[in-house]
Amino acid sequence: MFNEAEHSVFLPHDRLAALLAAIRDGGWQCVGPRVEQGAIVMAPLAEGEDLPRGLQAEQAPGQYRLAADARQRYFAWANGPQAIKPLTFAPQESLWRVVRTTDGALAFEAVVPEAPKLAVIGVRACDLAALALQDAHFLRKDRVDAQYAARRAQLFLVAVQCAVPAATCFCASTGDGPTPTAGHDLALAELDDGFVVVAGSAPGRAVLQGLDLAAATPAQIAAARAQGDAAAAAQTRHLPGRDLREVLMARLKHPQWDAVAARCLACGNCTAVCPTCFCYAEHEMPALDGTSSLHARAWDSCFGETHGHLHGFNVRPDIRTRYRQWLTHKLAGWHDQFGRSGCVGCGRCIAWCPAGIDFTVEVAALTGASGAEGT
Amino acid sequence: MPHAPIDAGPPHAATVVSRVQESPTIFTLRLRLDDAAAQAAFRFAPGQFNMLYLYGVGEVPVSIMSDPEEHGIIGHTIRALGRVTRGLAALQPGDRVGVRGPFGRGWPLQDLGGNDVVLVTGGLGCAPAVSVIHYVLRRRARFGKLVIIQGVKHADDLIWRMQYEQWAKLPDTQVLVAASQGAAFWPWHVGRVTELFGLARFNPERAVAMLCGPEGMMRAAAESLLGRGLPEAHLYLSMERNMQCGVGRCGHCQFGGAFVCQNGPVFNWAEVKGLLGHRGF
Repeated sequence: MFNEAEHSVFLPHDRLAALLAAIRDGGWQCVGPRVEQGAIVMAPLAEGEDLPRGLQAEQAPGQYRLAADARQRYFAWANGPQAIKPLTFAPQESLWRVVRTTDGALAFEAVVPEAPKLAVIGVRACDLAALALQDAHFLRKDRVDAQYAARRAQLFLVAVQCAVPAATCFCASTGDGPTPTAGHDLALAELDDGFVVVAGSAPGRAVLQGLDLAAATPAQIAAARAQGDAAAAAQTRHLPGRDLREVLMARLKHPQWDAVAARCLACGNCTAVCPTCFCYAEHEMPALDGTSSLHARAWDSCFGETHGHLHGFNVRPDIRTRYRQWLTHKLAGWHDQFGRSGCVGCGRCIAWCPAGIDFTVEVAALTGASGAEGT
Repeated sequence: MPHAPIDAGPPHAATVVSRVQESPTIFTLRLRLDDAAAQAAFRFAPGQFNMLYLYGVGEVPVSIMSDPEEHGIIGHTIRALGRVTRGLAALQPGDRVGVRGPFGRGWPLQDLGGNDVVLVTGGLGCAPAVSVIHYVLRRRARFGKLVIIQGVKHADDLIWRMQYEQWAKLPDTQVLVAASQGAAFWPWHVGRVTELFGLARFNPERAVAMLCGPEGMMRAAAESLLGRGLPEAHLYLSMERNMQCGVGRCGHCQFGGAFVCQNGPVFNWAEVKGLLGHRGF
């Protein structure tokens, strides 16, 4: 991405609004970055709304702070707590509805989700990698999740290269960033005065065509590529390999599981911010008048008490076994299920852990390799 | 194996055709899908399960215990333990439920021909095995010896007691039953079911064993059977985990990289032996 072999154009900063307008003209509602409660969140963008500018997201174990960035770029923040996941795999939603008639008969009907055309502005390479993993889970050939599929089909993805990784980022080591390579409709690399833009799909090309933008210069393209390389090199955290299945499954009794369990609160923040975690619990919402009931689902966490519940028996009764389930699923089980690790190196589980547990440090301790520098 | 469409929902509406109280807490519901075409098309393999939905309360996974060739009916034997199963226990003929399924992988019955068949079940683990017993008995000439080993905590927990007594009288069929706690007129062994393994008569080199019940019991049975020379490839077991979707999606039933609801619940021993016994998986 961002090389001379592909057609790229330059979008000056003052034309960003025109890009969003062109996307809206294509029928998509825009969701993008907005500052809420001290963090960058993905929120519906009002027409004409400017994006936050000149902000960096300083992240560390258990810490997320927005800070001023002198360059006045739009996308100098690495990421916020949300990825694309809530837009495709809804945090809670109804699956089906049942009506009971007076003679007791049950009539079931699927609940079809509202799925407007949605453009997501500012997704990162790690988010795209995570989306591909969620696709692998929810869109399996013979097991398509109707709710997910309906929303997924409506996405228009505007990806942005990460030029300013957070201290918690380790996408270079998982092979998922910091420069987007696939899965986007448009990919942007932000320079101080605008964006090098590459289309990754026919809808992306169509949006760009209406903007009448000049081709990016070789210098702009080189600058985009160079800052991607620099962002990868600047990452201080890493995982000690892309396939840790054998080594982790051979260490199920490692004392580090006890050590991390002593710090872990089992709050489930890590699974909530993880862009690949897919567990959900089903529940029932009967109507008060007794004539109908909704069958719904909500994100679940393997850190919760009920996740391993089995009549009169809990498969994972303590935090040690729950943390081990999460980590071994992420880095071992995913290989069996989907042919790669379930971690895309976004670092959210590190920043949003209230106990400041560093995933890369735990993995390093478990595998006997060094994880983060300076921690 | 052909089957009705599998999906995460919504369920088929079904009517309770009959209800039998098997023990103080165990009951059998025989169901018929309200959509006649769906009922006619419903096929399952012994060892597979359905998600049963109780109106306004929720769903539970329950193995199918009826005969796979009895196409007009779907039978489930259930222990009343939680909110849904206690509600299901209150249903009477004519009441309605929802049915999704069948889900998962059943017993490898097609591959058993010519072998002795050893079934080791504990508690209500006999429910998914009873359809295997019927399957073998209806095709008796295709199989060698049939060994049925069943353990229960208390003598009162043994359901289908008459059937066990009848099976014990059949040629080439051995029935070994144990209750940890006996009762008056209990004709079987009092003690742990593991104490009976040594009495089982079969040719380990030409046998297939199927286990269903508490994991500790299954591990003990596997150790005994493998110790007698049963090849690992001939040892199968049915796993139980929290299941909510039935299609390998909600994530609760994961056992290492396997989704028990989809890759199981029946596994070959080699597929699960590495993690079996590791508390937490």
